Amino acid sequence: MRLIAAFLMCFGTAVMAVQPGEVLVDPALEARARVISQELRCTVCQNESIDESSAPVARDLRLLVRERLLEGESNQEVLDYIVARYGEFVLMRPVASGANLILWLAGPVVFLVAIGGLLLSRRKREDAEPLTAQEQARLDALLKE
Amino acid sequence: MRVRVILLTMIVELGHFALILAFAISLFQTVVPLAGAYRRMPGWMAAAEPAATLQLILIAFSFAALTYAFVTSDFSLRLVALNSHTDKPMLYKVTGVWGNHEGSLLLWVLILALFGAMAAWWGKGLTDTLRARVLGVQGAIGAAFLAFLIFTSNPFLRLVQPPLNGQDLNPLLQDPGLAFHPPFLYLGYVGLSLTFSFAVAALLEGRVDAAWGRWVRPWKLAAWVFLTIGIALGSWWAYYELGWGGFWFWDPVENASLMPWLLSVALLHSAIVVEKRESLKAWTILLAILAFGFCLIGAFIVRSGVLTSVHAFANDPERGTYLLMITAFFMGGALALFAWRAPIMQAKGVFGVASRETALIANNILLAVSCVVVFVGTIWPLLAELFMDRKLSVGPPFFNIAFTPFMVGIALILPIGSVLPWKRAKLGRVVWNLRYLAVLCVALGALVWAMQTGRTALGPIGATLGAWMVAGAAFELWQRAAGTPARLLRLPGADWGKAVAHAGMGITTFGVAGLLAWQVEDIRVAQIGESFAVERYEITLLDVREIEGPNYFSTMAWLEVSENGRVLTTLTPERRIYPVAAMPTTEAGIRNGFTRDIYLTIGEPQTNGGWAVRSWIKPFANWIWAGCIIMAIGGVFSLGDRRLRVAAGAKAARKRSVGVPAE
Repeated sequence: MRLIAAFLMCFGTAVMAVQPGEVLVDPALEARARVISQELRCTVCQNESIDESSAPVARDLRLLVRERLLEGESNQEVLDYIVARYGEFVLMRPVASGANLILWLAGPVVFLVAIGGLLLSRRKREDAEPLTAQEQARLDALLKE
Repeated sequence: MRVRVILLTMIVELGHFALILAFAISLFQTVVPLAGAYRRMPGWMAAAEPAATLQLILIAFSFAALTYAFVTSDFSLRLVALNSHTDKPMLYKVTGVWGNHEGSLLLWVLILALFGAMAAWWGKGLTDTLRARVLGVQGAIGAAFLAFLIFTSNPFLRLVQPPLNGQDLNPLLQDPGLAFHPPFLYLGYVGLSLTFSFAVAALLEGRVDAAWGRWVRPWKLAAWVFLTIGIALGSWWAYYELGWGGFWFWDPVENASLMPWLLSVALLHSAIVVEKRESLKAWTILLAILAFGFCLIGAFIVRSGVLTSVHAFANDPERGTYLLMITAFFMGGALALFAWRAPIMQAKGVFGVASRETALIANNILLAVSCVVVFVGTIWPLLAELFMDRKLSVGPPFFNIAFTPFMVGIALILPIGSVLPWKRAKLGRVVWNLRYLAVLCVALGALVWAMQTGRTALGPIGATLGAWMVAGAAFELWQRAAGTPARLLRLPGADWGKAVAHAGMGITTFGVAGLLAWQVEDIRVAQIGESFAVERYEITLLDVREIEGPNYFSTMAWLEVSENGRVLTTLTPERRIYPVAAMPTTEAGIRNGFTRDIYLTIGEPQTNGGWAVRSWIKPFANWIWAGCIIMAIGGVFSLGDRRLRVAAGAKAARKRSVGVPAE
């Protein structure tokens, strides 16, 4: 029940996710911070990224992201740093390796299989189509009638 | 007088009783017509219609009884006590009926019965056996859900000690956009139950032909129109109510409604091939089965709580198990029947590589694959936890990358495919005819690119694709009318419907790309009386005050927006607290515009006396939902086509189906 209450709290107050005090002075760095924030899931309001969540945890994470950026880390380094501490669960975009390849490749593979199947079935149909000389002659005769 | 009072206090019990009776009737509606169709007994088959009508009357009464309990705030009813309050405005007392698990399920079975009854009344042109089978299958779906409702989620349970007042409806649901979001969605889902019934009946019958394509036409169209409106309403609500102007979150529950929508679009197109060319029969039947299957899976996702979602509706494992059983039963049964009967569905029309048929197959592949992407992405966290013991998330960044390419593919081929002739076409000629359009659209994209220096490619691509679809639709209409404006108005409704719906798709595409690419955001602390600039607008925080609403307290801000020194508007964003539900909500102040929305929210008071203010300029936001509504209007045009009304289709079909053997 408490969990649900926390959940509902998240949902309603999301308005003031990023507080004015958190915003970095350098707009380029701030933009990068926002991009990273959208890649990270809030551990309390699980349906929201830390960019949208108003939970205190999300705020801490946002500040952490900005801290790391100020220290000169790349986007990936910041993400790695946070995943190492909070686990894979916070990553909104699963890494494309190992079993996750099934997730990433499901769409493209199904697409290619569908196209391939379609081409194969067409070829089969076309193979069946050509008429023998005899049939052609009969057809011509019939058409003449 | 006395009798009347007694009757009124009994309404809830009568409604409960009617619901149980409806369950019995639905069992009758399943068994008798199906057996009758199997044994060719006209009397048994004819029993389907009165049964469907009676079922509708009983469920409607039951629904009215529950509504009565909500309107009169009868807190001796558990459901009313949990979800209503005397202070709640009347509109939300009524919509509160379906603002909870039990009531929404009652609405679901009501709509199920409504569709069943309509199919019975207007299906007079169907062959007797097909009609009996459609209604029988529909009855079986009704029976499954009525049993679910009565045995696991009964809305009519009384409380021994009624509370003095209720616990109020979730304040987020006290909103016109969300109040009508579920009924539209259910009309869509349940409409797809009817196309499912048609598919299963056709399999039982052993015949899928052009007539079948014609019969399902109105139902698949209606289902799609409602689903489109339902999803648009939900998205629009999220935009203005959640307080940061997002319109789609790739949340499991949203995905649950998107998957049936994608498949219903595919079905819409593939059934045309069945109707016009007698091809793609097996695939169309499969789509009809799967589209409803995804509605059931959606119901499972929403109501079982297995996936993390914003719509924590009913986290009850028992209900989840039951819904999974319903899904397994209907999908397993229908797919087994499909596997058994698929060989009888032979394609008649042959077609060349370049043809409308091929274009529609491409459309279907892209839509089905995008549905696969959404499905795998939605259940992946569940699979990862079950089989690999890994807790991971699949969020918007994944879907944006994995889903978008297929949508771009659809947008690219749409205008070409829709002007390709049936059977055999010269692709070169069609593409040549479209050359000016293509050049124009690419030029537009380039212009947008040049104007927006230094931003993402998303905006120009969206503009190009949007213009391509809208111009393609206009081009097709013009071509159909052979370039004569007078003929344009005399074109059949189906032609207009197609063009309008495709144009709507283009408008939505442009709106989504425009909003994501060009949104401007400003976060700051403002003192009362302070002005600040956001893009070309000047915003002044005039005042912040505490206000009391009918069932909430509010902190309201007055923000004046001006452009070039001229006052545009004063917006009043709020932060509300609903004391009964102990829940805060935000009400954004929004100034809608044709090319942009100004979207303001007010936040926490700051220690130095100022207020946190967030401002957004959201370009082309309205185009997203306007495009959806235009799509739906296209569907309505198509529904209104005289040639293709239910009765007309039936007459034509009877003529055609004479002499075609079943097996």
